[in-house]
This record gives sequence, C-alpha cells and structure tokens, in this order.
Amino acid sequence: MSTAAPGAPPERAAGTAPVDQAAAGRPATAPPGLTGAPADAAAGARARPPGLAATVSALLRKELLVELRTLESVPGMSLFAVTTFVVFHFALRQNTVAGDEAAGILWVTLLFAAILGINRLFVADQDQGGFDAFLLAPVDRSALLVAKALALLSYLLVFELVAVPAFGLLLLGPSLGQALPSLLAVLALADIGIALIGTLVAAMAVRTRARDLLGPLLALPLLVPIVIGAARASAPLFASTHPGSPAARWLFTLGLYDLVFGLLAYAVFDFLLED
Amino acid sequence: MYGRGLRALSFATVVTLCVTLALIFFYAPIEADQGFLQKIFYVHVPMAIVALGGFILGGLFAIQHLRTRDSRWDMRSYVAIHMSLIFGVAVLITGSIWAKASWGHWWVWDEPTLVSFLIIFLLYAIYQPLRFSIEDPERQARYASVFAITAGVFVPLNFIAVRLSTGYVHPRVLGDTSSLPPKMALTFLLALLAIALLFATLCKYEITAKHTRAQLSTLRRRLAGEHSSVYASRGRSAAPRIQPSPVLGRTKV
Repeated sequence: MSTAAPGAPPERAAGTAPVDQAAAGRPATAPPGLTGAPADAAAGARARPPGLAATVSALLRKELLVELRTLESVPGMSLFAVTTFVVFHFALRQNTVAGDEAAGILWVTLLFAAILGINRLFVADQDQGGFDAFLLAPVDRSALLVAKALALLSYLLVFELVAVPAFGLLLLGPSLGQALPSLLAVLALADIGIALIGTLVAAMAVRTRARDLLGPLLALPLLVPIVIGAARASAPLFASTHPGSPAARWLFTLGLYDLVFGLLAYAVFDFLLED
Repeated sequence: MYGRGLRALSFATVVTLCVTLALIFFYAPIEADQGFLQKIFYVHVPMAIVALGGFILGGLFAIQHLRTRDSRWDMRSYVAIHMSLIFGVAVLITGSIWAKASWGHWWVWDEPTLVSFLIIFLLYAIYQPLRFSIEDPERQARYASVFAITAGVFVPLNFIAVRLSTGYVHPRVLGDTSSLPPKMALTFLLALLAIALLFATLCKYEITAKHTRAQLSTLRRRLAGEHSSVYASRGRSAAPRIQPSPVLGRTKV
C-alpha cells in the first residue's frame, strides 16, 4: 500500500467517502468544460444501481419487444403443437381421444413445443453480445433469471392459447369447456415449473458447443416429474364418461416442484454468468 | 501425495467383499418364494443405494467447489458422479436380470424404484457430454458443478414424484431392513458396507491415477526441456484439469 502510485490515496479516499462528498469532489477533478450537474447525476447513478424490480421489468420489456418484432418463438411453438396433433391423429389412427391418452398427448406435445422455446431463449444473448452488455451493467444478476423465466412463462401462456383450443378441436373427444377451469390451474402450475427449469437449462446449454443437443437432453429428464404431475392431474378432466376434478396431491406435487426448482435456480444461476 | 491409505483401503475392501460373498452363498437362507435367484438382491440393491448416494455426494462436493473455488472439489465431484454412472449401468443390468427372472419381463414400469433410477441415470448421462462440450476449463468446472447441484436436488424429488405415480402393485423387497429375517438383514448390511467400500476405493484409485498421470507428464515435459504448459498437449477432455503440484510444478512462469 505504501509503495502505491502517488495518485492512488486521494482516489481511494474519495471512493470510500459518502456519496454527497464524492459527488462534490467530482467537479474538482472533472475537466473545466464539464458542468457540475451531469457529473452529479452520474455519481448518483453509480452509487444507487436500479433495484431488482426495475431491472426485471426493463429486461422483460426488452424480451417481449424482441419477440414481438422477430416473432421467433411463439408462432413456431404454436405451429409445432398443431402439427404434432395432426401427427398423433395419423400415428394413433384415432379421431378422438379421451382420459389418460388425451392427457398424455396434450402434455407430450406441450412439452416438446416448450423445448423449442427453451432452445431459443438465450440464443440472441449469446450470439449478439447480450450477455456481455448485461454483465457490464451494475445490476443484480438474478434479475436475468427472473426476467427470462417470466418471458418464457408468457411465451408458454400465449402459445397455449392456440395449442389447447386446437387440441380440443382436433383430437379431444369430451368437450373442453367443462374441463377448462381446472385445466387452467394445472397449466399454470406446470408452466411455472417449465419456465424455471427451462431458463436454468437454457442458460447452461447455450454456452456449450452442442447447445441444440444438450438443451433438450438436459431438460427432458428434469421435466419428467412435471409431466407426471400434469398428465395425472388432467387425465380425470378428459374422462369420456364421468369427468372428475384433478387430485389435490398432483397439484401439490407440481407446486412443490415449482417451489424447489425456483429456489434452486435462484441459488445457482449466478454461477452460470461469471464470465 | 494422493495414494496415501490406498493400500489399507483396498485391503479392507477385498476382505469385506470376500466375507460378504461367503455370507451370501453359505450363511443367508434361501428365500422360499424366489429361491436361489434372490441372492442377486445382495448385489443389486446395495449398488443402487451406493450409486444414488454417489450422485448426491457429487452434488455436495459441487456445492463445496462453488463455495471455495478449489479445483480438488471439482475433481471429487467428477469422480463421484463418474463412478456412480458406472455403478448405475451395473444396477440397471442386474435389475433387469432380476426382473426377468422373478416377474418374467426385462423391464417393469410398475416398479417406481426402477423407473426413477432410469430417469436419474438418463439425466446424469448428460454430465460427461456437458463437460466435454465446454472448452474453457474454469467454466467447464463451474457449469459441471451447477449441473451436479441441480441433478443432486432432482434425485430425491424424482423418487417422490415417480413413487406417487405408481400404485404398490408389487411387493416391495426393498422396504426397511427390519422386515427381513435377521440373517438376511445382516448379510444385506454387510453387502452394503462392502459395496460402499468398493465405491470409495475405486474413487480413490481414479483420483490417484489422474494426479499421477498429470505429475508424470509434468516430469516428462521437464525432461524434454519443453517450456510449454502441462495442459498444452492435452486435447479437450471431460475430466477436470489438474494443476501441477507445488513440488513438481515449475516455479518459473
């Protein structure tokens, strides 16, 4: 410390001083042409980075704007789901499905369509320097997890607005109307889990050489419990004779899984963003 | 050095394994229902328990790696998961044999333990490809640790989910050991100890071998008078990189 450059001690002192002193000291070292006001504002901004909510809303706005302008994820996912229902019709040689079979077809299709969205989630950030820009900003890194998970959740919800009615129209035997209120609860719980796991897995896979391969391979086993819970919960809704309500334990399982993976993703996400 | 205690550990493992095998074949009673075939239980179930324990242990080591940034923890995590995968293959094979012999099918979906184990195995099968496809060694270690923690949490959750989804169709052999006759329970516990010792010994051998190879290549390079780094000749690898040890590593940069 004693052998440091002569210029170092005053700067160090200014750096540890309270904010108003540092702001007051700034104009003295600033070039004469610069007025005090912008320097004050700059010092204030440096001292108080935006909070988590502000960062998340800014990032989320950016995500949704990019998606609205490029239309890269949601239309592709919707089209994929509808095409998959057609494929299921020919593969199973059935005009209508009900019960366990219907729940299975719906959830396999939703899951694979979600994986399309998961695979694309961080590609723009990786290819066009979004990660670097985010890391340069003095903000909490968990904001990226929250914003991306919310963006993926909104993609899933919008895409299901197309996929679920299409399923009711094309394949489902019993009417969708009476199953809908309970189905919405199952969809919401499952979507939260898919969004959380998808964001974590996408962030892990996007910076590897084989990202298109690793993303689905990582995501599928982790999403198996969600498929179990969601398919079991929605099977009684699609029963052809006596439609029931989803068993509470499946909703509870889904909620518990969401909670655990939410906490886990929050804990480990920062480590994926260190360079 | 890394090989310390290896001989004693290997000796203990061999002795325990031999005693266990003797107990399995000469001491434990023949089961009335399944006959001689039930003996595979003493190999299959302990291996499954040890493999799952190894996966979770890999996650705990990974937490330690992210906390301390010490690459030795990454190596331990890697070796624990690697060895658990090898044990996992053996578990799936012995499980299939047992299922075929006692239930008539190579694979039974009604058995939640089998299904959970398969899902966990499929998840962990991505561990090596994930490491292999990240070139920067520091980031490889960090991402592998994040994976190991995530997957380690997934292990119990997955068991709960799959267990909930299947009815108890088949009688559960792996309940608690208190339902076993005392002779069987003793043999089972000793088998568990023997397999756990085998796991520990193999892990220690792998770590020792990796470090010895790294030191050997450092010495070779020094002998050849090359001034390149130890890792320069190594291509991409799924295994963690080893820092040269302070004794043998070069002091000049």
